Amino acid sequence: MKLTGAEILCESLTRLGVREIFGYPGGAILPVYDALGKSKLHHVLVRHEQGATHMADGYARASGGIGVAMATSGPGATNMVTGIATAMLDSSPVVCITGQVSSKVLGSDAFQEIDITGITMPITKHNVVVTRAEDIARTVREAFLIAKSGRPGPVLVDITKDAQQASAEFDWEASAPKLPPKRIRNNHDQAEFDRAIEMLNTAKRPIILAGHGIMVSGAMRVFEEFVRAGNYPVAMTLLGIGCFPANDPLNLGMMGMHGEAWVNNAIQEADLLIAVGMRFDDRVTGDLRTYAKSARKIHIEIDRAEINKNVKVDAALVGDAREVLERLTPHIETREHTSWIRHISELKGDSAVRDIQSLPDSGHLYAAHVINDLWKETHGEAIIVTDVGQHQMWEAQYYHHNRPRTLITSGGLGTMGFALPAAIGVKFAKPDAEVWVVVGDGGFQMTMSELATIVQEKINIKIAIINNGYLGMVRQWQEFFYDKRYVATPLVAPDFAALANAFGIRGECITKRAEVVPTIRSARESAETVLIDFRVEQEDSVYPMVAAGASLSDMIRRPNNPLVETANEP
Amino acid sequence: MQTLVAYVENKPGVLNRVASLARRLAINIDSLTVGPTENEEIARMTIVAHTDEKGAHRLEASLEKLVDVLLAENISTRALLERDLALIKVSADQQNRPHLMELIKVFRARVVDVAPDSLIIEVSGTVDKIDGLLEVLRPFGVLEMARTGRISMTRGGDLLQPPGQQPTRSELESIGSKVE
Repeated sequence: MKLTGAEILCESLTRLGVREIFGYPGGAILPVYDALGKSKLHHVLVRHEQGATHMADGYARASGGIGVAMATSGPGATNMVTGIATAMLDSSPVVCITGQVSSKVLGSDAFQEIDITGITMPITKHNVVVTRAEDIARTVREAFLIAKSGRPGPVLVDITKDAQQASAEFDWEASAPKLPPKRIRNNHDQAEFDRAIEMLNTAKRPIILAGHGIMVSGAMRVFEEFVRAGNYPVAMTLLGIGCFPANDPLNLGMMGMHGEAWVNNAIQEADLLIAVGMRFDDRVTGDLRTYAKSARKIHIEIDRAEINKNVKVDAALVGDAREVLERLTPHIETREHTSWIRHISELKGDSAVRDIQSLPDSGHLYAAHVINDLWKETHGEAIIVTDVGQHQMWEAQYYHHNRPRTLITSGGLGTMGFALPAAIGVKFAKPDAEVWVVVGDGGFQMTMSELATIVQEKINIKIAIINNGYLGMVRQWQEFFYDKRYVATPLVAPDFAALANAFGIRGECITKRAEVVPTIRSARESAETVLIDFRVEQEDSVYPMVAAGASLSDMIRRPNNPLVETANEP
Repeated sequence: MQTLVAYVENKPGVLNRVASLARRLAINIDSLTVGPTENEEIARMTIVAHTDEKGAHRLEASLEKLVDVLLAENISTRALLERDLALIKVSADQQNRPHLMELIKVFRARVVDVAPDSLIIEVSGTVDKIDGLLEVLRPFGVLEMARTGRISMTRGGDLLQPPGQQPTRSELESIGSKVE
């Protein structure tokens, strides 16, 4: 069957199981859009190509499948860069398809020509230029295979306009992926495995560091069996949240820079760290010289390049988390660790006193209140999509996730502007789920144009803006480390509720604690998108905090009297 | 200094990916040589990098993550044969020419071009040997030099071959159908 390259692309995407494409048209991708119109694929018109990549990323993270973003050449493609990097740093399988000028004029600085494969080389798992229609089906299948296999990541396919227009024989069978034959490494030798077993069975104070890899490999059930077999306390990375139920007594909470104090202290006192699908990011370890000094370390990780990168480990088990855990669990002789677990709960006692939730209601609206109320009202069942900053950390501390893939957040790259577009992708992946955006007033203003996409697509997302009038996390650093010199962090914002109305979205503005629950309830009852502007305490900070480069034991704690006056009573 | 060997797809852009990766990891490449192997679809690289064992591990593992890299291996601690080749143009007049010829003989180099005022010397061997010759030639006046950079091979039965094509390829294809 002879088809044009554009038709081959649409047919291939359909056969690969794609339903939605998030994109923005333009000259060099027009043939594909013409074919899209005749296909069964649903195209979501975004307002900026960065939004398209975040939507595809959100779609991938929520579904466990592959998200697809599309853009034209030149500026369309360069606008995707931030979203691609976000997906790369968090190992999210996204396939980006960009149009390119015709192969005959490649390299001539033609209108809207840019070397997007050159630009995205360090931020994609792989990328490729296609100049012939007959190569499109195979290349797209290879892109999907690469994006999803091993440690997932984004793949960009740049297709020249003449390849989209030319006709070629379409033969699905003959266009199977033909990737270079790679060496299959022996993942780990028996000695390494035996050493890990020995460590697991002799540890007195073990702790698991649970990461994103558990969800990526679909190892949640196997992981739980492993935890139960050894009765191990579990600390989670930001992206690991959801891999193990928050309401399980063995789940301690988040570790790291804004992790719970008892979690960080437990890590520092442990005699064995069992790292699963995490990469010892600097936000997790603090100063490496003082990190978990008395602990031996086991690292279960699919990417060999992560082994001994930041932290030198005593046993490295390279492989898919699920397979490695399945092999390990039968060898675990149950250890009670009772006194160790009791010790950790004693550490926790102190923190609970400092917890903002325990403070008397002063009438001030704190972000932590909003998120805690949201958690209670949604029974912890909603999918929360956060942006980056203080609200993100408060979400991680106060919204307790029991199920995987229910916290969608930009971890590695820390991309402000991620939440709103990513939530749109999440909603397409999980149309029946309750999806909440938790976003700061800074990040929201970066990509708020996607409100129009929500309206055009008639989707139902709830948006909670944690509005403190500052770029809050940066302000917090300025307060702690720059003597309160608030340079470029006070932030003027529009009236978000009125802005929402202008888009045809219901908007609410909340200034008092008592209004939080009724407004959340009323928003949940609506079948349409609702935006709520929560005017929270302006100069509140996230505690505890490990300063960048400081030891994990060296946490800045919430002062005993945290009731700072708001500069601007709303 | 660490030595890595990589087998890569012999196609445009691969060298760029390898070099770009080293740059991203902030690893300085001392020399990188690339040429086809007995299989024209596969090229072999010898990468000499200014880094320690840890950096070499990172480079090796990261190289293997590139789709076009079939195999990468740090061979620094293994028994190696290494060769570098240089062409050195040195000024030579009637008076010092016999002295030069003596030196060339000692280093088992050879003269490949003769002009009234200069000679081109071809020398191959270890990096140290070529550096040694260069040192003694300097007083005569080195006019130009071109060096290939190091190529390395493990000795004897310690084979470093590209992975076989057929079984791996079909295995990858079977993963492909799973994804779909």
